[in-house]
Amino acid sequence: MSLTADDVRWVAHLARLELSEAELAAMTPQLAAILDYVGQLQQVDTNGVEPLAHPLPIHNVFREDELQASLPVAAALANAPDRQGDFYGVPAVFE
Amino acid sequence: MSEFTATQLLGQFKKGDITAEAVAREYLQAIRERDPAVRAFLHVDEAAAIEQACRVDQKRQRGEALRPLAGLPVAIKDVLCTAGHPTTCGSKMLQNFIPPYDAHVITRLKQADAILIGRTNLDEFAMGSSTENSAFHVTHNPWDLERIPGGSSGGSAAAVAAGEAPLALGTDTGGSVRQPAAHCGVVGVKPTYGRVSRFGLVAFASSLDQVGVFARSVSDAALLLETIAGHDSRDSTSVDQPVPPYSKTVDQPIRPLTVGVAKEHFAAGLDAEVEQAVRAALDVYRQLGANVKEISLPHSPYAVAVYYLVATAEASSNLARYDGVHFGYRAKEYTDLGSMYCRTRGAGFGPEVKRRIMLGTYALSSGYKDAYYTKALQVRRLIKNDFDRAFAACDVLIGPTSPTAAFKIGEKSDNPLAMYLSDIYTISANLAGIPAASIPCGFTKMNLPIGLQIQAPPFAEEKMLRVARMYEAATDWHQRRPKR
Repeated sequence: MSLTADDVRWVAHLARLELSEAELAAMTPQLAAILDYVGQLQQVDTNGVEPLAHPLPIHNVFREDELQASLPVAAALANAPDRQGDFYGVPAVFE
Repeated sequence: MSEFTATQLLGQFKKGDITAEAVAREYLQAIRERDPAVRAFLHVDEAAAIEQACRVDQKRQRGEALRPLAGLPVAIKDVLCTAGHPTTCGSKMLQNFIPPYDAHVITRLKQADAILIGRTNLDEFAMGSSTENSAFHVTHNPWDLERIPGGSSGGSAAAVAAGEAPLALGTDTGGSVRQPAAHCGVVGVKPTYGRVSRFGLVAFASSLDQVGVFARSVSDAALLLETIAGHDSRDSTSVDQPVPPYSKTVDQPIRPLTVGVAKEHFAAGLDAEVEQAVRAALDVYRQLGANVKEISLPHSPYAVAVYYLVATAEASSNLARYDGVHFGYRAKEYTDLGSMYCRTRGAGFGPEVKRRIMLGTYALSSGYKDAYYTKALQVRRLIKNDFDRAFAACDVLIGPTSPTAAFKIGEKSDNPLAMYLSDIYTISANLAGIPAASIPCGFTKMNLPIGLQIQAPPFAEEKMLRVARMYEAATDWHQRRPKR
């Protein structure tokens, strides 16, 4: 299959990545080559094979629903690029 | 002193022949002398290191019991959170990030009285095989400064090889501890998935990531691993199983020993000198009484393809958190929330990270998920089944760590696929969750180190380390040091 610059632009939108025209031009053939390489998986017969998402047979881990100490607000916000009082600052979402 | 193993340093410290402060000063001096050429470190806080060492000396003077890593400097890959110290992940995105808490492994090191000597360079967000993808600088291989140290934990491997630290922590998602260990001529161990808590490790691919160790000897690696291993309720994938005292048993040979050799590990693409060194290592095991038998891992040729779908899919999800809101970089100019996200991520991430987010997003996108992501997970199960079958017939699997010795800086920069293929022998262990180690097993004619990979069944680290030590005790490759 061949990947077009428009496909790459659409994926960049899904990933919320701004790419320059130069980046798009460089990345399109690189991604196409990688997708071509991974296409070899289609040769493998996986009929009836259960997908393996995780190497260990571990399941949900529960604990008692008890209050535990958590990060103080000031520490949690200390790395925020924009802080407004005890909140994260973001550009307006609604008019 | 900077040539000693950690075990030798600890012995001298216990006898009272050296102080922790003297050890710290010696290594800081080695960093000052050698790191301008090697560039293993991103950040060294000399005053903090000396202060930690002096505290350990004071504890000894007060007659307190010595902790397992008392006074031993450990270099830390800059992807493990350390409260109050920068943790950049080699990314512009986290250039000014100061974590509010310690990673579990950092807590363990502090409790063991280790000295945190500095933060080492890496490929951005641990994505790469050469440490060329760091946003800050390239690390050089101490054996040949024109070559890469491997990656992504290249800074940690180079620091240990250059005598700038006796021990180091790295992380291994597809070979990022073992491949740089092989290229730098040191010991590197990736434990079983779930053996070491990832709490405070900045996530790349959560079903593959594992914290690992670097050292100059197998005994040193055993000591460091037993310090960081064990259950932690803050990582729900951490497994609650006792940790054997690896350093106490590491000198005991395994007899009888059956070594499996996968014929797929000697296929096209394997450098002739690497093959020769690995075959010679297998002869050493035969001389030590091992039964060496050929086995097959029929799906291993698909490992790289599976990995670059699974790891990128998980990365595209994990790295969604870098949105310019909670922490890290935010673009200066934007018009609305959407453009703030896109510009922040477009400017904050480097080319390889973007490439992987794109690939993972594509593999998970509507209409392609079944053909790519789900198919990869099915082949992943077949790869794991291959290992289960192999380990029914042998104790460990032995082969090359990497198909070639260290390549030149810049050699593969423009060809991501060629770079990915340098992990062809290490990736399967992450997909299957099994432990694996790399130990020095020879040198090329160019005097570049060659690594021997030993893979073992889940939670068989003790056996794996003993098998590694058998070879190390019979050879002297691990005693060679790069020229300065």
